[in-house]
Amino acid sequence: MLMDKYLWLIPALPLGGFFILALIGKNMSRTWVATVGAGSICLSALVTFVVGGAFLSGMPENTVYTQTLWTWFEVGEFSAKITLSLDVLSLVFVFVITFIGALIHIYSTAFMEADRDYARFFASMNLFVFSMLVLVLADNLLLMYLGWEGVGLCSYLLIGFWYEQPTNGNAARKAFTVTRIGDAAMAIGLFMVFQQAGTLVVSDIGANASVIWQPNSATVTITALLLLAGGLGKSAQLPLQTWLPDAMAGPSPVSALIHAATMVTAGVYLVARMHTIFALSETARLVVAIIGAATLLLAGLTALTQYDIKRVLAYSTISQIGYMFLALGVGAWTAAVFHFMIHAFFKALLFLAAGAIIESLHHEHNMFKMGGLKDKMPVVFWTFLAGAISLAAVPLISAGFYSKDQILWYSWSADGGSPVLWAVALAGALITATYTTRMMILTFWGESHTHIGHLPGKRMTVPLVVLAVFSVFAGFIELPHNFGHFTLFSDFLHPVLPETAMQENIPSEWLFQLLAALATLGGIFLGYYYYYQQPARIASLRQNGLLVRLYRFWFSGWAFDALYDRMLVRPFVFIARINKSDITDKLYTGISGMTGEMYKLLSRTQSGSLRWYIMGLVVGAILILGIQIML
Amino acid sequence: MEIAFYIAGAVAIVATLMVITRHNPVHALLYLNVSLLAHAMLFYLLGASFAALLEIIIYAGAIMVLFIFVVMLLNLGKETAEQERKWLKLKVWAGPTMLAAILFAEFLALVLSSRQSTYSPAVVSPREVAVSLFREYLIGVELAAMLLMAAVVGAAHIGRHKKLVLHRFLKEEKEREEEKQEEMVL
Amino acid sequence: MKTSVSAEVVVLLAGLLFALGIVGVIIRKNIVFMLLSVEIMLNASGLAFVAAGSRWGQPDGQVMFVFILAMAAAEVSIGLALILQIYHQHKSLDIDNLKEMNG
Repeated sequence: MLMDKYLWLIPALPLGGFFILALIGKNMSRTWVATVGAGSICLSALVTFVVGGAFLSGMPENTVYTQTLWTWFEVGEFSAKITLSLDVLSLVFVFVITFIGALIHIYSTAFMEADRDYARFFASMNLFVFSMLVLVLADNLLLMYLGWEGVGLCSYLLIGFWYEQPTNGNAARKAFTVTRIGDAAMAIGLFMVFQQAGTLVVSDIGANASVIWQPNSATVTITALLLLAGGLGKSAQLPLQTWLPDAMAGPSPVSALIHAATMVTAGVYLVARMHTIFALSETARLVVAIIGAATLLLAGLTALTQYDIKRVLAYSTISQIGYMFLALGVGAWTAAVFHFMIHAFFKALLFLAAGAIIESLHHEHNMFKMGGLKDKMPVVFWTFLAGAISLAAVPLISAGFYSKDQILWYSWSADGGSPVLWAVALAGALITATYTTRMMILTFWGESHTHIGHLPGKRMTVPLVVLAVFSVFAGFIELPHNFGHFTLFSDFLHPVLPETAMQENIPSEWLFQLLAALATLGGIFLGYYYYYQQPARIASLRQNGLLVRLYRFWFSGWAFDALYDRMLVRPFVFIARINKSDITDKLYTGISGMTGEMYKLLSRTQSGSLRWYIMGLVVGAILILGIQIML
Repeated sequence: MEIAFYIAGAVAIVATLMVITRHNPVHALLYLNVSLLAHAMLFYLLGASFAALLEIIIYAGAIMVLFIFVVMLLNLGKETAEQERKWLKLKVWAGPTMLAAILFAEFLALVLSSRQSTYSPAVVSPREVAVSLFREYLIGVELAAMLLMAAVVGAAHIGRHKKLVLHRFLKEEKEREEEKQEEMVL
Repeated sequence: MKTSVSAEVVVLLAGLLFALGIVGVIIRKNIVFMLLSVEIMLNASGLAFVAAGSRWGQPDGQVMFVFILAMAAAEVSIGLALILQIYHQHKSLDIDNLKEMNG
C-alpha cells in the first residue's frame, strides 16, 4: 500500500496543535493543553512509523515519496511548490524529530506543570516541531529555508520563554542575531544556486550538479561555503558558536529538543543534503573538516572548565556537532548522520536528566553544589550514566562508541582525511571522556550539598528510560568493518548519500579502535583521578599561574564573546552614537518641531469662546464672497 | 399685489431687528413670532402656499412654544434683561454689525452684478411638493426621519436631571480650584 | 395670488435677514438669544430656497424648505435640552462663562 498520501499529516499534526494552543490555549485546562500539545507530536510520531514502515517495505521500487500540496507562488518561469519529499535521509531526521520530540513533550507535561504559561510553551514547541519537519521534508531549498527560519523563530521564542528576566531576553536576542548572520549568508548561497542551476529543487540540483558546476571551480566553492555559513550559524560551529551556551537560559526540555537533538543539527542536514555541491569542491570540504575539528577541540576544552551543568552539556553539544562536521568534511556522510542520530538520543537524555536534577535541587545549576545524588535519585542516576557512557564513547557497550569510532577511523582513512584531523579528533575523544567523568562525579558522587525537593514522577522518568535504552543499544545497527561488519544504517542511507571514498595503504582498523578506546579510558581515568581520588591535586594545580590563566581563558569560551564585543559590537555602537545626531536627523527633528509649534499656534484659536468661532465663520464667508467679486 | 410683498418684507426686517435688540427674552420671542408670520406671508406671495402653512404651524406654532417653555422653566425675566442691557453697549455691537454689513454689501454687489429680471412667480401646489418629496427626495425624507428620531432620543437623554457629571480632566481642574480656594480661605 | 417682483429683491431680503441673524448671534451673551438668532438665519435661507423654487416653477425649493424645517426642529429640541443642562450645571446662561472647551 502506498502511504505517500499521508505524508502531509506528519507536519500538519503539530501545526494543528500549535493553532489550537495558540488560539484557545489560554482558556483550556492544563490536562487538555498537555493532551493537545504532547498528543499532536505523539500522533505525528505514529504516522511517521506507519509511513516510514510502508516506505521501507516498498523501498526497491520507489526510493522517494513526494507529495505536492499546492503551489506557493509563481514568478515567471520559477514556481515554488509546497512539496514534501521523504527519502532515507529525511526519514532518519523525521524519525528523530518526531520520536524524541514526542518523548520530550511527554516529559515536558510534567516538567512545566507548575508554569504559568503552560499553553504558550506547548504552542511554541509544536510550532518548532512543525518548522523542523518542514525543514527536513522540504523538496526544494526555498521551502527548506522557510522551515529554517521557522525553527530560528521558535528557538528565539523558547530561549526567551521566561522573559521576565532580562538576561533570558538577551540570550534569545543573541541567539537570533548570531544565527541571522549565517542565515543571511545562506540566503545569498541560495540565490547563487538558483542563478547557476535555475532551480531550487534538491533532486534536480543533485542530478545535474556535475553538469552545472566545474569541479573545484571558484563558483562552486563560494556557493558551498555560503551554504556552509548558514549551517555554521544554526549548528553553533566556529566562528558562530557563541550563542548556544547562552541559549541554555531556556527550559531544559527546550535545550534537549532544540539545542541538542534537532535544530542545531540542521547544519549537518543541510551539508548532507547538498553533498553533491560539497563533493565538487575539495576546498569547501577541507574547510568543513577543519572547522569541525577546531570546534570540537575548542568546545571540549571549554566544557572542561564550566561549572553549570547545562553549559557543560551545551559545550559538549558544540563539540559533538564538530565531530559531525568533521565527518562531513572528510566525506564520511553516513557516519555523520549516524553520529547525529546517536547524539540526538544521548544528548536529549542528558539534558532531560539534567533538567530533572535541576528541578529537584530547586533550580541549582552549579555542579559543585550538587553531589551525592547517586543513591537519592537512582533512576536519574542510571539513565544519566547510560547517556554519559555514550557521550564518553565507552568501548563496546555504548552506542556513542560505534558512531564516534567510525568518525575517528574515517578522519584518517577517508579520501579527505589526514593524520592531523585524526589526532585532533582523538584528543577530542580524550577530553570528552574527561569532562563527562568530571560531570558524573561532581553530580552523583561525593557529599550532598543541596537538599533534594520532590523526585521526578513517572511522566519524566519513562522518557528517560526509553532514551537510555536507545543510547546504549542503538549503536548495534552499525558495527565496524573489522568485527561484525554489520552496516545496516549506512546501507540504508546509500540511496541518498554516496559511500565514503577511502585512501589506499592505510594502517589496520584495529589499531585505531585500540587507540580510541585507550583515549576514552585515559580520559575517564584522568577525570576519576583528579575529581574522585585526589581532589587535592586540583588545588595544587590552581597554584600554577599559567594554568589559572588558561583556565580563565577556556572558561570564557576562548574569549570569543569579548573578541566579538571589541571587534563588532563596540565599533557598531560607536558608529551608531556618531550617527545619532547627523544632518539628516536635524531635518526630521526640524519638521517635527515645526509641527509642534504650528500645533501650539493653532490650538490658541481654540479659545472655547463661541463668539470667536462665529466671527471666524463670518470672516471666512466675507473672504470667499470677496474672492467671488474679484474674479 | 407688489405692495403686499414690500410691506411683508419690511415687517420681517423690522421684527428681526427688534428680536436682536430686545433685552427681555419674552419680547424677543414675540417679535420673532411676528417675523415668522411675515415670512409666511412672503412665502404665500411667492406662490409657495404649502411652505407658508408649514411655517405657521411648525415654526410659529411648535418651535416657538418650545422656546417659551424653556424661558418659563428657566424663569428668564428681569434679571436676564438687566444683564443684557449692561452688555449691549455700542462698542460691543459696532464691530459685529460692521462685519455683517460688509458681508451684506458683498452679497449686494454680487446680486446686483447679475442680470436683473422681473418675473411672475409660478404657483407650486402642495401636490407637486408632495410628489417630489416622496419620489426624488425619498431618501432625504427618510434621513430627516432618522434625524428627528435621533433628536427625540438625544433631547430626552440630555434633558434628564442628573448629578453634575464632569469629564475627568475638568473634574481634576475643579478639585484643584477648590483646593486653591480652601487655601485662600485658610 | 401672484406678485411680480424681481428675484433679486427677494434674494436681497433673504441676505439682509441672514446678516441680521449673524449680528444677533455675535452680539448676544445669552444662549437663548443666540439660538433665536440662529432660527432667524435658518428662516432667511429657507426664504432664499423658496424664492428660487418659485422663480423656476419647481417644487424643489419647497422640498428644501421642508428639510430645513425638520433640521431646525431637531436642532431646537437638542439645543434647548442642552441649554437646560447648562443652566443646571453652571447656574448661568452667559456664553462667556462656558469656555472650558479651549485648546
